[in-house]
Formats: sequence, structure tokens, C-alpha cells
Amino acid sequence: MPDTQEIAGLIEAALPGSEVTVHDMAGGDHLYAHVRAAQFEGLSLLEQHRLVNEAVGELLGPGRPIHALKIKTEVAS
Amino acid sequence: MIATEDQIREEILDAISQHRIMLFMKGSPEMPRCGFSAQVVTLLKENGAEFAAMDILPDPRIRQVLSEHSGWPTIPQLFVNGELVGGCDIVTELAEEGKLREMVAA
Repeated sequence: MPDTQEIAGLIEAALPGSEVTVHDMAGGDHLYAHVRAAQFEGLSLLEQHRLVNEAVGELLGPGRPIHALKIKTEVAS
Repeated sequence: MIATEDQIREEILDAISQHRIMLFMKGSPEMPRCGFSAQVVTLLKENGAEFAAMDILPDPRIRQVLSEHSGWPTIPQLFVNGELVGGCDIVTELAEEGKLREMVAA
């Protein structure tokens, strides 16, 4: 099971300079990520969430360690 | 009859192109089998949307083929006018901002 620090690290690596908080919502496989990044500027919500999903990549999805990742994005100014 | 992966793909793509508002979910709108799917159904109804839904649970390949098509890893997935809007978080945020109602308006 991936820990929240590891997930936060993956997102920070994909979005350098971002501020990332990851919480466990239930049993370690339902996580919540709050991501504040300058890279979100000008992107649709869908595109912002895609960047976060892609950062977590292979860990997220059916039969993978993370069942659900709730995402809240914010544009850093 | 056992469907091939190509048949599943065709069914998914047909559903997306034939229904202006198409939701892929776990369970049915009447009986959702996941809280995230249930929430999107509730938000669509609250915002007056007439939508079609497909249950992805009966065959694991439905989800696999859908995610390959959309590039989106999780369920539910809402499509409007043939384009992916997003999953539960995005739909919730759009509803809170009042944008979902405009998007689903007939």
C-alpha cells in the first residue's frame, strides 16, 4: 500500500514547485489530494485533474493500490 | 453470447455518440453500487439532466476499454456532447459553481 508521502512526492515531482497535501480517507486506498500549482494556469478542470492522475499513474485504477483519488486543484498565483 | 473486446468498444463509442449526456457508472441510476457514482447521479438529477447510463460492473473489459478511450483511470465518467467532462470531483465542482446546469441544459 503506498503511503500518502509517496503519493505527494510523485505529484510534486510531476509539478515542480507545487504545494501538495495527501490525506488517507479510508483504509489507505481512498486518498484525497489537494494540489496548488502554477502549472494549472489556463487549464480546464479536466486538464488539471489529468495532470494529477498522470503523476500518480500506474498506482491508480482497478486492481491497483489506489482505488480512488479525490482531487482538489487550485491555481497558484 | 460472449462479447468480444471490439464489440464492447463499439457499444461504448455508440453510447457516447448517441447520448448527449452519457454516464458510465457502477450500478444503475436506480441502484448505484458506489458512492461516487451515486453522487454524480444525484447531481445530474438535481440539475435537470436527462441522461443515459451504462453499468461498467458486468464485465471488467468495459472499464478497461472505456479508460483506454478516455484516458481517465476511474469510474464514474461523465460525457457531454461526446466529450469527457470528468469524474465525481469535477462534476461536483461544476455543480457547486452552477456550471453543470448550463452544461446539461437541453
